[in-house]
Amino acid sequence: MFDLINPSKIFYWIEKLINFINSIFFIILIIAMTFALVLSPPDYLQGDSVRIMYVHVPSAWIGLLSFTCLAFLSILSFIFKIKNLNLITKSIAPIGLMFTCLAVLTGSLWGQPTWGTWWAWDARITSMVILALFYVLFILAHKLIEDEYKANKISSLIAIIGAINIPIIKYSVDWWNTLHQPSSINVYGDSYVHSSMLLPLMLMLFVLLLYCALIFLMKYKTEIIRIKKKNIKRL
Amino acid sequence: MLTKKVQKRVSFLSLLLISLVIAVFFILKSLTNNILYFKSPTDIQLNQDIVLSKKMRVGGMVKKNSININDKAINFIITDFKNELFVSYSGTVPNLFSEGKGVVAEGILKDKNFFIADRILAKHDEKYMPPELKNIIKKNVK
Repeated sequence: MFDLINPSKIFYWIEKLINFINSIFFIILIIAMTFALVLSPPDYLQGDSVRIMYVHVPSAWIGLLSFTCLAFLSILSFIFKIKNLNLITKSIAPIGLMFTCLAVLTGSLWGQPTWGTWWAWDARITSMVILALFYVLFILAHKLIEDEYKANKISSLIAIIGAINIPIIKYSVDWWNTLHQPSSINVYGDSYVHSSMLLPLMLMLFVLLLYCALIFLMKYKTEIIRIKKKNIKRL
Repeated sequence: MLTKKVQKRVSFLSLLLISLVIAVFFILKSLTNNILYFKSPTDIQLNQDIVLSKKMRVGGMVKKNSININDKAINFIITDFKNELFVSYSGTVPNLFSEGKGVVAEGILKDKNFFIADRILAKHDEKYMPPELKNIIKKNVK
């Protein structure tokens, strides 16, 4: 673990990765956007508002995925007290919050033309808002608690407690009547998205994941710099 | 391998998680009625202590060939393929409101078979496809 935190080595790799992602990001972004906005067909019912889905669905997935990672790493860091894991979870949280908010916002924009309302307090939407609140709590714990040991402990507990919300979000549309439709894409089963729409969806997912990785690496770099600075001050 | 401290933390976490899951399960179970965004016509038929003239939402499919528009109101039937409910509504409906599609109506129950809505929401299903494909499917069905 100490080898991983060895600054010169990890800095070298982070820099290299950031440069690599930067070099391919915009090209893939343009390709994905053309597929999503121009080449893909409109929906038979929703018309062009289906295009909101190409941002909404990947952002919701990423919001869930980041929180799952956050919770998993928090469990490890709570049990084994590995400092590096705290830096990683601290760097995941903002990007997860951003994508969760993006999913809620784009969902609201989509809801107005399709459902006829901006907002509904149904199980899926409410549990998604709760997810965003858990992200906010996690970030606030780090911001407000001065003592680092305490902040790490409390924030990882917040993430572990929030993990219970993840299956609730996933299955909310199956367990209860909701205005939100059940999932269209299932790993083990039928998917209800036509292949001409699935391709831009997957491309957008890939692009947004790249964006996530980029922001995460930059944030992780800053966290490491902050730690190094502190050590210098102590000396 | 594992030190005593680590073992302590593992048991603390597992206890915390188990008790939380149980607590959340019971909370959600007791709140089911509030979590449901809408009731189906069957729920209304079966539920004895349903309060009439209280605001609520019902949802289901718009029955085929049931929409009847006159100059005062739109009348249609919500069905969940077991029970049906007549709905009367005056106002604008969302674009996606049509026969054979999902709908959620907000309003007041007059009796167990008649519902006066003051708001209609369209419920979209999970299927996404281009218009050409839909036409092909329609032709094949016919």
